[in-house]
Amino acid sequence: MADTAPPSKSRDLDKLLLRPGNLVGPTFDPGVQLRDDLQEYARVLVVGAGGLGCELLKDLALSGFKNLEVIDMDRIEVTNLNRQFLFRLEDVGKPKAEVAAKRVMERISGVNIVPHFCRIEDKDIGFYNDFNIIALGLDSIEARSYINAVACSFLEYDADDNPREETMKPMVDGGTEGFKGHARVIVPGVTPCFECTIWLFPPQVKFPLCTLAETPRNAAHCIEYAHLIKWDEVHSGKAFDPDNPDHMKWVYDEAVKRAELFGIPGVTYSLTQGVVKNIIPAIASTNAIISAACTLETLKIASGCSKTLSNYLTYNGVEGLHTKVTEFVKDKDCLVCGPGVLIELDTTVTLKKFTDMLGEHPKLLMTKASITYHGKNLYMQAPPVLEEMTRSNLELSLYDLMDKIPKGILHAISTIDKDNRKSSGLRKLRVVFKGVDGVVDMDMAGGA
Amino acid sequence: MRLEEEKIANPIGSPRLENLGVEMHPKQARVTHCSNLITRLWNRIDFAPAFHRAGAMIRLFKVKEKQKELAENANGGSPIRKQTAGELRLHKDISELNLPNSCSISFPNGKDDLMNFEVSIQPDEGYYLGGTFLFSFQVSSTYPHEAPKVKCKTKVYHPNIDLEGNVCLNILREDWKPVLNINTVIYGLYHLFTEPNYEDPLNHDAAAVLRDNPKMFESNVRRAMYGGYVGQTYFQRCM
Repeated sequence: MADTAPPSKSRDLDKLLLRPGNLVGPTFDPGVQLRDDLQEYARVLVVGAGGLGCELLKDLALSGFKNLEVIDMDRIEVTNLNRQFLFRLEDVGKPKAEVAAKRVMERISGVNIVPHFCRIEDKDIGFYNDFNIIALGLDSIEARSYINAVACSFLEYDADDNPREETMKPMVDGGTEGFKGHARVIVPGVTPCFECTIWLFPPQVKFPLCTLAETPRNAAHCIEYAHLIKWDEVHSGKAFDPDNPDHMKWVYDEAVKRAELFGIPGVTYSLTQGVVKNIIPAIASTNAIISAACTLETLKIASGCSKTLSNYLTYNGVEGLHTKVTEFVKDKDCLVCGPGVLIELDTTVTLKKFTDMLGEHPKLLMTKASITYHGKNLYMQAPPVLEEMTRSNLELSLYDLMDKIPKGILHAISTIDKDNRKSSGLRKLRVVFKGVDGVVDMDMAGGA
Repeated sequence: MRLEEEKIANPIGSPRLENLGVEMHPKQARVTHCSNLITRLWNRIDFAPAFHRAGAMIRLFKVKEKQKELAENANGGSPIRKQTAGELRLHKDISELNLPNSCSISFPNGKDDLMNFEVSIQPDEGYYLGGTFLFSFQVSSTYPHEAPKVKCKTKVYHPNIDLEGNVCLNILREDWKPVLNINTVIYGLYHLFTEPNYEDPLNHDAAAVLRDNPKMFESNVRRAMYGGYVGQTYFQRCM
């Protein structure tokens, strides 16, 4: 009897979700309920709708996630079309997030994607808390640092300095550059966060200004001269906009003139773009590979169908194909994801008393501390001009200065006096005010 | 303890640790280059349960949906402004500033904006004795990964500072390291006035004069500081 029914669209997904296995997580519960729950309850945010973002949207939608949202502040450009496959020539100029969402919804039935055409900083922090997993397809350190700080700000620790699982916001971060790429899993409180491993980045290449001005030796020097020095001389006041083709053409022309003056070959328009905008030519296959790794991790985290990547995968396709997974370890003193030192206080404690307490606290021993709370400098010991500006806060109660919330995070900077050796320190402090209504009993909350 | 980053540059022939995200018995691990690797792999037995709890995420998501309101209240409200790790490091640098008497700092945007400030330098020796020179500092959120951007706001006749205010100081560009701080930058700027250098010129006319005719350089500097012309350029008084 011929089987004329076409294979189910979730045939491959079913193999992962409907059967038990040997590599699964300990609480993995295979079955149709799991597959349906994934569709109904899992909400994933894709940050960036460029090379990685397009691939991520497609992969996630096809992997059973039906509630997706995407955020990107850019518009489509012609140079995107070689790899950002959701876009066509007639889409140039339209917002990436909106076109990407529309195209994926057209091709994959049942998925719902909400686009957001804005900067990631423009969204309220509560917006990010609505999602279960955040997948990153970003292109800069600043953006990753920001999202990492937001996700880690949701993390809470209990009284024993253990991270509370229900406050963990897992992130899957991907990045590509030519033939190389990385995919990593960040679970705040468990794996290292982005700041814990920020030392991995090598310093940026910067040429000395005098080389640019007097003794250029290569094409990049000529381009940077035009970009950094000549621009201000001729257009003083007007900011250089790397996305403005007229500005870029002007820099290119000036660079060519300079190169001719010094007899330096190699200045081309594409090199100009590369040097000024830090552009490295992008390849569709690298994006596809990294996105696949990220999507698989997202699926594993959400469903538990296999053990997750632990925790940093690097990929290099320059010669052959090489992948490696490295297990980086969390920095327990990380200012962003670490627990900090727990301090319990009465609401009557003044800022002055608090700074005195820090000097005597056995774990801290911070004398003459400067205190900062969410960007507000409550008290600065130095320099004298800032000490004067913040002296009046010393008499106020810390509870008032922290907007009367039951608990919060502070940072303290000072010299640490341990064993008669002085060293400088920057510590994260977890302050909890005793007896304030609304403080949820730490061990009771959120049991599933 | 940090794990050494393996060199990705030469994929062919580089040792491959059989760690592709699949659980493996610690005894099968071969140590490549970090002595703590074995310890950490043994510790994975403890580490693993913490990670496996992540497998229950879908159940957590369901619970969260139903308890959405409760979760938001327990958080104590979302914070007003995000403070980056870079700002915190800057905060530390500022509170540890140890400036000489000739240098002073001011915060035009108030005590809560440490990312934009001004430094005023009054050299107490050398060619520029008596002048007051103002520098603007702009620190980005990726500090200390990126050096602060410094421009000279006072028009000055100096071999290493051009007429647009760009400053040629190695630690601001090619020699910047995250271990440096605001104090070292300010000291570097002060040094520019006590020991101007004709070998790294941004203003090649001034550099040439300093090299060939130091007496004329001295008088050019004084004329510029008092307010006057040097060549075709007019300098405002800055004493």
